[in-house]
Amino acid sequence: MAKAPEQEHPQKAFGWAAHDVSGTLSPFHFSRRENGADDVTVKIQYCGVCHSDLHSAKNEWGFTNYPIVPGHEIVGTVTKVGSNVSKFKVGEPVGVGVIVDSCRSCEICQQDLENYCPETVFTYNSFSKDKSITYGGYSDFIVVDQRFVLRFPEGLPLDAGAPLLCAGITVYSPMKYYGMTEPGKHLGVAGLGGLGHMAVKLGKAFGLKVTVISSSPHKEAEAIQKLGADSFLVTSDSSTMKAAFGTMDYIIDTISAVHPLAPLISLLRMNGKLVTVGLPEKPLELPIFSLVLGRKLVGGSDIGGIKETQEMLDFCAKHKIAADIELIRMEEINTAMERLVKSDVKYRFVIDVGNSL
Amino acid sequence: MAKSMDQQHPVKAFGWAARDSSGHLSPYNFSRRSTGENDVAFKVLYCGVCHSDLHSIKNEWGGSTYPMVPGHEMVGVVTEVGSKVTKFNVGDRVGVGCMVWSCRSCDSCSSDLENYCLGMILTYNAKYHDGTITYGGYSNLMVADEHFIVSIPDNLPLERAGPLLCAGITVYSPLRYYGLDKPGLHVAVVGLGGLGHMAVKFAKAMGLKVTVISTSPNKKQEAIERLGADSFLVSRDQEQLRSAIGTMDGIIDTVSAAHHLPPLLGLLKTNGKLIVVGAPEKPFELPAFQLIYGRKLVGGSGIGGMKETQEMIDFASKHNITSEVEVIRMDYINTAMERLAKADVKYRFVIDIGNSLQTTE
Repeated sequence: MAKAPEQEHPQKAFGWAAHDVSGTLSPFHFSRRENGADDVTVKIQYCGVCHSDLHSAKNEWGFTNYPIVPGHEIVGTVTKVGSNVSKFKVGEPVGVGVIVDSCRSCEICQQDLENYCPETVFTYNSFSKDKSITYGGYSDFIVVDQRFVLRFPEGLPLDAGAPLLCAGITVYSPMKYYGMTEPGKHLGVAGLGGLGHMAVKLGKAFGLKVTVISSSPHKEAEAIQKLGADSFLVTSDSSTMKAAFGTMDYIIDTISAVHPLAPLISLLRMNGKLVTVGLPEKPLELPIFSLVLGRKLVGGSDIGGIKETQEMLDFCAKHKIAADIELIRMEEINTAMERLVKSDVKYRFVIDVGNSL
Repeated sequence: MAKSMDQQHPVKAFGWAARDSSGHLSPYNFSRRSTGENDVAFKVLYCGVCHSDLHSIKNEWGGSTYPMVPGHEMVGVVTEVGSKVTKFNVGDRVGVGCMVWSCRSCDSCSSDLENYCLGMILTYNAKYHDGTITYGGYSNLMVADEHFIVSIPDNLPLERAGPLLCAGITVYSPLRYYGLDKPGLHVAVVGLGGLGHMAVKFAKAMGLKVTVISTSPNKKQEAIERLGADSFLVSRDQEQLRSAIGTMDGIIDTVSAAHHLPPLLGLLKTNGKLIVVGAPEKPFELPAFQLIYGRKLVGGSGIGGMKETQEMIDFASKHNITSEVEVIRMDYINTAMERLAKADVKYRFVIDIGNSLQTTE
């Protein structure tokens, strides 16, 4: 008979979990493994609320195992290190992001692309090598192999830095991989949520001109005055959209709803690149002529490897970039999830786990 | 009295033109400009028959103007050069591909990407900057600005070199631009027609492993024995496709008929690239997760700039790469077009203009 969550592992743990497709979260007692020779134990201070947490809690992608403890934008303090661990010391601030293990030996892992390894183990709702399910950051502590722990650089705020571990790396990685970092070039950011607002900040830090492309006109003032975007395009305004055709070198498309690609591709100039990081439920329509006649490309990207995530954290610390957050208490999580469905947040909820769990 | 469109220029020329969207071609007297100071005039000896010619004469893309003299894979011998021409002499073997003009000053032109210039003018069925219509290579002579003339090295037989000017550059350019030109990479070529067979030859010459993916099992033997492909997959065979999942660094998709992307995307490794060079009419359905899980991309490419076209010709010369052709007489062209519509050609028709185009005057 399968062990109950509380008895699976030797250390008692506590968090909030969803138990069914309603996605409603509630207090949950479970357990975690002992801190092994290569492990780091992290007392969790903050955890960002990613839209993926919501999708997973409600089983919208179809592969949720209940009960599920979400949360993969984890920041906390080291309380224990294994005998093989030299990179981290007790008391240090660290982060844990979307992945907690991979096969470590395949060609992909050897290129520091653990996020593309076919055997990636995700921070929650994933099967560890010992076949037990992983539980995420809406909890009091987590035990992670040192290889998958990130050092939190000095100067990076712990609360506003938490969303960097998913939202941040999800846009930083493709901007580097697809070469979207040449100063002076023009970046379009489609969608202004957790991912989008990070793309604006990173784009400005790379020296790009940034235009936000959004269906919500009311977001314009903040986009420009608070986030530093240079301009703002409303997708339903066909004349200003048309006037902007052929003006962008790059577009990061963070929109998670189904949307037309054709107008975005038209915004690109020759040799322009559109990267999609949102995950709409249905396929998108890809117009071919525009790609062929302008040598344009549409690419995808999925979070980032550990080495690159560390590089991104260091870059953000250096450029004083962190997320714009709304700090909430653990017991407010269900209300926050309802607001997240309506995109009613500027621009990421972060749970004050340390003070409210 | 205003001159009729076909007599606007001083030099008599002769070719075959389509008169309407039936696409039926027949003899046509027209005229070309005299050789300007930057121009090169040449006697056309051969012209490849590109599928674009068929689309254009039947107005399948809209925008066709009649009478239309198609042909943008033409080669021949120089008969006259303008006073400011430096790169060519009378007697040189030359060719003209898909373009005859560009603005020469925009960012694209300055980067040797005249094909992406917004003012680029196509070799036929386009309005030239002097207001006249351009006429292509199904004709006895051609006049073009030196910048758009390509030199054909002596070791490339003229009757097999023409298709390089469109089919060749169309696949060569993306192999280079998207980095699918490194020895040891594994590339799939989807569709084995004019573009596809050239892609196989170039990719093999670049040291790649090549798999041909086709709907026609009967093309397998030739693909491997004649063109040098390493393997062959029948696209309708689910088992074969499944066995190739995650094995390709790149895919060159030359298919112009409607088809599905998801099975092809599944064949790519992480960081794999699917490059579309065919031009299906309808948009593709693209499941975003297929690009995201594996950091894959779908990119397009259209012909190439003049510098790269010459580079491609020189590469072909070095590696003895030419097109596999079926040489036809001018008066066979309508039958050839019917066969082309059924993909019944291995792998490019080439019109023997020099020996079979006869003026009726």
